[in-house]
This record gives sequence, C-alpha cells and structure tokens, in this order.
Amino acid sequence: MPVVPVRHPGRWVAAAVVVVLTVMLVHSLFFSHVVLYGRRRERFEWSVINNYFLSTQIIKALGVTLALTVLAMAGGIAIGVVLAIMRLSPNPIVTGSAWIYIWFFRGTPVLVQLLFWYNAAYIFPAFSLGVPFGPALVHFNLTTWLTPFLAASVGLALNEGAYMSEIVRAGLISVDEGQNEAAQSIGMTRLMALRLIVIPQAMRVIIPPTGNETISMLKTTSLASVVVVAELTFTVEQIYSANYKTIPLLMVASLQYLWVTSVLMVGQYYLERHYARGSVRQLPPTPWQRVRRGLLIRPGRSGYGRFADVEGIPFVQDDNG
Amino acid sequence: MTDVMVQAEGVRKRYGRVEVLQGIDLEVRKGAVMCIIGPSGSGKSTFLRCINHLEKVDGGRLTVDGQMVGYRESGGRLYELRDREVCQRRAEVGMVFQHFNLFPHMTVLDNVTIGPVRVKGEAKVSATRRAGELLDQVGLAEKSGAYPRQLSGGQQQRVAIARALAMQPKLMLFDEPTSALDPELVGDVLDVMRSLADKGMTMIVVTHEMGFAREVGDSLVFMDQGVIVESGPPREVLSHPTQERTQAFLSRIL
Repeated sequence: MPVVPVRHPGRWVAAAVVVVLTVMLVHSLFFSHVVLYGRRRERFEWSVINNYFLSTQIIKALGVTLALTVLAMAGGIAIGVVLAIMRLSPNPIVTGSAWIYIWFFRGTPVLVQLLFWYNAAYIFPAFSLGVPFGPALVHFNLTTWLTPFLAASVGLALNEGAYMSEIVRAGLISVDEGQNEAAQSIGMTRLMALRLIVIPQAMRVIIPPTGNETISMLKTTSLASVVVVAELTFTVEQIYSANYKTIPLLMVASLQYLWVTSVLMVGQYYLERHYARGSVRQLPPTPWQRVRRGLLIRPGRSGYGRFADVEGIPFVQDDNG
Repeated sequence: MTDVMVQAEGVRKRYGRVEVLQGIDLEVRKGAVMCIIGPSGSGKSTFLRCINHLEKVDGGRLTVDGQMVGYRESGGRLYELRDREVCQRRAEVGMVFQHFNLFPHMTVLDNVTIGPVRVKGEAKVSATRRAGELLDQVGLAEKSGAYPRQLSGGQQQRVAIARALAMQPKLMLFDEPTSALDPELVGDVLDVMRSLADKGMTMIVVTHEMGFAREVGDSLVFMDQGVIVESGPPREVLSHPTQERTQAFLSRIL
C-alpha cells in the first residue's frame, strides 16, 4: 500500500523567508554602494578590509591579543584551581582567605582592576621580597618593571582566577563523594585522590564553561586598550583615528576575533570528547566521522539512513578519542 | 602476636545528637569471616567505616591487627595519627562499597593497578601481571580493557573486589556488596567472596544475604539502633534467635 508522508508547508515558507533575507544581506555586504558627499563607494569597503586584514600591524596586534588571552587564562586557571581546593579545605583560615579573594575580585569591575594594576607603580614604586618590616632580599623597581602588557596580563589573570575558582569548585563537588572514599580506601592521600581521581572526572563539568571563559577572555583583552597595550582593538583604533576608515577596521578586528573563536570552539569540542572517556558506553561520532560515514552510506528510503547505523556498515570504532 | 585481627571495646560514635554506635564490643579472629546484619540505620555501615578511618571513633577502643584505629601508642600515650599515617593504615585494609565506586574514567585494568602503582610504588609491569591474575580470579580476565560503565553491576562489583585485593590487604571489609545488584547477578559476587573466605582472608561483611552468612560466616552479629543485640555462630542466631528484636527482624526478611 502506498505511504503518504506528512507535508510540511511551514518549512517551505520559512525557507523562502530565510533565502530572501540571506540574499538581501549578501547584497548589502558585498555588492551595494553608497553615495556620500558626492562620492560613490562600496558600502563596506572590502578593499580596505582586504588591505589591512593581513597587514603586519594587525597580525602583530593579533599576536598580542592571543598572548594576553593565553597568559590570562593560564594564570586564571592556575589561581582558580588553587582557590577551589582552598575553599574545600577543612582549614577555616584557608577557606576564608579564598572566599575574601573571590569576593573582592568578582565585586570590582575588571576595567577598574586593569587601571589599578597599570597605575600600581604609583602606589608601590618598588617591590621587595624579604623579612616583613625587616631587610629586603630581592628588589624590583616597579616603575620600569611593570610594563602595560604585564599589568594587563596580571590584572586579567587575577580577575579570571576568581571566576575560574567557582567553575573548578562546581566541577569538584559534582564528583560523587564515593569516588573520594574509594580512592582513600586504597590508601591514597587527599591530594593524590584529588589529582588522580576527582579532578579528571571534574574536567567534564569544568571544560564547557572554561571554553566559554576563554572565548570571553579573547574579547575581554580588548579592555587592555585602555592601558595602552597594542592589542587588536587598540591597534585598529589607532589606524582608524588616522585614516577615518572606522567601520572597515572594526570589521577587520571582528573577523580576526571571529576566526580565533571558531578555532577555539573546535578545540573545545575535541577536549570535551577526550574527557568523556568512560562516561558513555560509546562516544558519538565526530562531525568529520559523520561526513565520512555519510559518504559510505547510501541514503535510505526511510529518510533516517544517512546518520543511522545501517546494517553491514560497521560504526567507525573510536579508540583514541 | 595474637590471632585477633579486629577488636572493638565499647566503641561509640555520634553524629551531632544522635549516637549511632552505643558501645560496640566484638572480636574477629585472623582468617575468620564475620557477617553483620540488621535493619538500615542500625549503625552497621558506620562501624565498618570506623574500622577504615572513614569515620572517627568518639569513644571506646578499636584495634586492627593490634594497632589502635586513629592513634599510635607510644610510651604510654596515644598520638593522633597524621593524614599520611592514616593512609598507610588504610592501604592495609580493603573495602568494597555498596555502589562499587569504581573510577569511571579508567579502564578496568587501571582501576586495579592504580593502588599498587601509585600508593605502594610497585612497578607497572608486575602490578599489571598481578592485576591480570586477580581479574582472572574474579572471572573478568577478558574485560581488562573495558571501562566500568560498559560492565554490568555484578561485573563492576567483582572488579571492585579485585581492586581492593590488589593492595594485598590483611582484612577485607564489605559494605552491603550485593544490595545494589539485580538478583541474578548476586550469585557471581558471592561466589568470589566465598572463594576469598576459603583462601583464609579475614572478612567483615555487612549483608542482607542470609544464605551467605549461614554458609560462609564463622560468626554473625545482629545490630539494631547502635548496639549489638545478639551474636554467635550463624546457624544458631539465624535458626534460634534468643532476642525478641532479632526474631522480629528475621521474620520480616526471611
């Protein structure tokens, strides 16, 4: 007997609307012109974008942005892990200090914190390590030593540490207490159990928000422009304040941020897969594996065929994540 | 050297206002199997956890192999143990939990070898070889590369037993090892425990498996509301309970 599938007229209408809007967007972005003060020009001035996108100045600035992101996140994660462990400590002094740190750094704007570190040399012109109120052993002259780049890295890392500690703590308490007990029952110390048993499992909970924080940090580094660090946003501001090509240069910066974010998202996907080992019986295929499998499998009549496990074609076994 | 493995004299434990152990006295000889039965909340699991330093004893005297739990005796004084010393003592006592508590991010083999390798500093090669033998002993030699979630409950619990045995403990504690299992999987786990008892392992088993207690146990303890109500040879306690509370409990579950 013939089967009459359900019709979906709504999908056709929606598709038509989307197609029209897309065509309009593409036209406006790439093919339209404006006339301003009697001069006709491309609306988005892609030639300007093209000139600057791979210019040495912009690439250098992108390098500074990436360096700031990496330093701030590395510092933030390290501080966050230490704070999270401190907050779960049985020692009330340790717990209290961690709490105060988080309270302070989450409670003040990061922009103000950056300005503070930039101006820190005004309050602490010199910095010495030694006996408290006694003789100094090592001496730093902060007025020369605390560069804007360092001030920005430190400021962003200290601030990020407060947020990361909450993410790490959420991860640690998400692991069943039985895991800790089992680890201790075979003689592991508290720190050993944390390092070998609890943290690897907490990673599943920690990674998605950390990826989020990293992507967010990539763009928060633009705040370093207020303390004269020549990162991406600062550099495009410098260029357009000289040549008045404001929008094209902001597009250059945005496109740079966009492609780095895309790379970070792919990285996060594979990192999550790595830490999902053992948590599901069979990991779902990666998009790439799906594509490869899609090519192997002829579309089935049912309409589900492309992604389904079709008889005779074995699933790609994923051993290394 | 005495032949007593575990000795409890007036052991007390309280959580806030609730006294969950109100003076426990018992003795487990080396190579003996003691089963503890009783309704939930009777303190039997708490007592087991006290033996393994997972809970701190508030009063009385509890010794394992002549050493007082939680303290070191020296020169007529008791010194509270440091964390590191507690860990050393724990490493000598194996524990099997109701919910297995296998490490889900590691393969079965890594679950069994991590203790010997990381805690005892044993070479990876010899630990792996011994782990193979232990997994063979619990009937799971072919599962060494699997992750715990790929196994059934009964298989997981047998891996948990192998993990505890890998530390070569002098005493094994079982905290309701079959209570979370489907009925048809219970037998495999009990078989492993039975063969362990036959090899002379000292065991304390908190259980609801009366058949196991009757056949394998050397002694049986019935606990209720933080006290030992009745104890003795399993057959006697199970067939001719003298206390009213024991009779009531047994009539409810048998």
